[in-house]
Amino acid sequence: MAKLRYAQALNAALREEMARDPTVVLFGEDIAAYGGVFKVSRDLLQEFGPARVRDTPISEATMTAMAVGASMMGLRPVLEIMYADFLPLCLDALVNQASPARFIWAGQVELPFVLRTQGGAGAGAGAQHSKSLDAMVAHIPGLKVVAPAFPADAKALLKAAIRDPDPVIFLEHKLLYNSFGEVPDDAPPEPIGKAKIVREGAAVTLIASSRMVIEALAAAETLAGGGVEAEVIDLRTLRPLDTETIFASVRKTHRAVVVNEGWRFCGYAAELSAAIAEACFYALDAPVQRLGLADRAIPYSAPLEAAALPNAEAIAAAALRTLQ
Amino acid sequence: MSASPPAPGDPALLETLFARMVEVRFLEEGLRAAHKAGQTRGPLHCCDGQEAVGVGATAALAPGDVVTSTHRGHAHYLGRGLSLERVLGEIFGRASGYCQGRAGHMLIADRARGMLGGNAIVGGGIPVAVGQAWALQALNTGAVALSFFGDGAAQTGVCHESMNIAALWRLPVIFLCEHNEYGLTVAASQQSAVRDIAVRAQGYAMPGVVVDGNDVLAVRSATAEAAARARAGEGPTLIEAKTYRMTGFSTSDMGGYQSREEMAAWAPRDPIERAAAALGPAFAPRRAEMEAQLRARVEAAFAAALAAPFPDAGDLLLPEYRHA
Repeated sequence: MAKLRYAQALNAALREEMARDPTVVLFGEDIAAYGGVFKVSRDLLQEFGPARVRDTPISEATMTAMAVGASMMGLRPVLEIMYADFLPLCLDALVNQASPARFIWAGQVELPFVLRTQGGAGAGAGAQHSKSLDAMVAHIPGLKVVAPAFPADAKALLKAAIRDPDPVIFLEHKLLYNSFGEVPDDAPPEPIGKAKIVREGAAVTLIASSRMVIEALAAAETLAGGGVEAEVIDLRTLRPLDTETIFASVRKTHRAVVVNEGWRFCGYAAELSAAIAEACFYALDAPVQRLGLADRAIPYSAPLEAAALPNAEAIAAAALRTLQ
Repeated sequence: MSASPPAPGDPALLETLFARMVEVRFLEEGLRAAHKAGQTRGPLHCCDGQEAVGVGATAALAPGDVVTSTHRGHAHYLGRGLSLERVLGEIFGRASGYCQGRAGHMLIADRARGMLGGNAIVGGGIPVAVGQAWALQALNTGAVALSFFGDGAAQTGVCHESMNIAALWRLPVIFLCEHNEYGLTVAASQQSAVRDIAVRAQGYAMPGVVVDGNDVLAVRSATAEAAARARAGEGPTLIEAKTYRMTGFSTSDMGGYQSREEMAAWAPRDPIERAAAALGPAFAPRRAEMEAQLRARVEAAFAAALAAPFPDAGDLLLPEYRHA
């Protein structure tokens, strides 16, 4: 067991998988000599050489389609897309090439590639470097989508993503890279598609992913101060969704608050809300509360940016609304 | 470009390629009739006049090589050795098709013969091929990736990105531009500032070759040369095969934009007639015999494909993921 930063945990996962499987290759912008702008691929060029750790030109659309082509021919490429805001440049490869291949071609190919990217606001990076586009990628069948909140999960899930036969979109968060956590030295990969109850409680269920889990845990602390014990679910995987864990918790607490850092309208939290309403309608004692980013581009100035984002205070207030 | 017949370099080979082109022509004649009879679904894109490009280029490849095709892929499919019956099964949406009826006429794949695969996003296959070539290079297979695309696709952003990366990484890929003068209804002169797409190769530091796309042996030798370069580790080649779409864009095309004069000028350059002429007058009786046999084969394949069962509607939701 070691205390590692989230970025170091990801780096360890890449190193271990590259050492284990010679077909694992890394590519992306600034990832080789520089080690990635968030240093997730630090030192891997020196360890594994330039054939397996490759800097690319700024060509996201082609890089993503290359991951499709290379993975169907036997490589396990791990592509870094520097900001989640650049995902729209990758969409033809994801929506029209990766998504249909395995189904439309009746299982003749597998596409074992990982697209790592990072999103999230709170760093003052502005409208084109701060978004969470979880819903956009989770909308696409044939892809898996993972969004870890803690270093141990970051490592164990990235290992699982690299070994997975399907395309995995691996969503990191810029404000989590420096967060610390205990990470087991040789933990096995964590199965994709399993949520985790990170705090138990019986009064209300708070459901979140990525950095919003940290906010939900803070909200739960606040609520506990007022005598309300909230259960917090860290989704960890956005697609396929672990409805079993979610529904069991909601049937226990009879109340749910769903949070996602992306836009609220047609957002990921809307899918969670609809799934809960359909499956748990008669178990609910209050309408599901749905939190997301304000219906605006993410503004630069600190007070404006903070006002656009869901946070612990808003989550706690939403939880209390379900108890009125 | 000359309209004169190709030199009769290799009569046996030319006869084989002639037969393959005729097979494609007969296949498409049958498909038009089937479309009129309401037996097909969606639009059909025929390659009348362009058969020499697909048949000539694929004839230069080896078994381990891989091809990405377009929405107009019949000559690529048959050139690569796919079975008529299973191609037709796919077009008729039958369980006997290459993709069990899930892909349809534009998206056929056959992993065993390195057809991966058809693509209905114009330009979509080009960066996929670059990724395939990366894997073929990294895994030391000695194989090459060939990407067919049209003069329309040559105007896409991914085409530029792909050629740059392929040349930069010296990837074993052949960019085969099937220049048929039209992107749907808009003439090449309205889509490109340069007449010859091949001149762009210079900007990527790779060879660019213009070849008479209606001369099946010329297409084959240009492709063979590019494949030899790729296998020798010398990187990509751009081949521009000048040809002409003697028919509309698809079965949905209402025509009116290809002038009578233009079509009349291209009619004598029909690649099938060019090959027959090159085989000389003594070929005439043999041709009649071959065509009768091919006609019978194509008719039998239509009958078999139409007699095959449709897929079971219950197959729609077979598990999408292996692990989930």
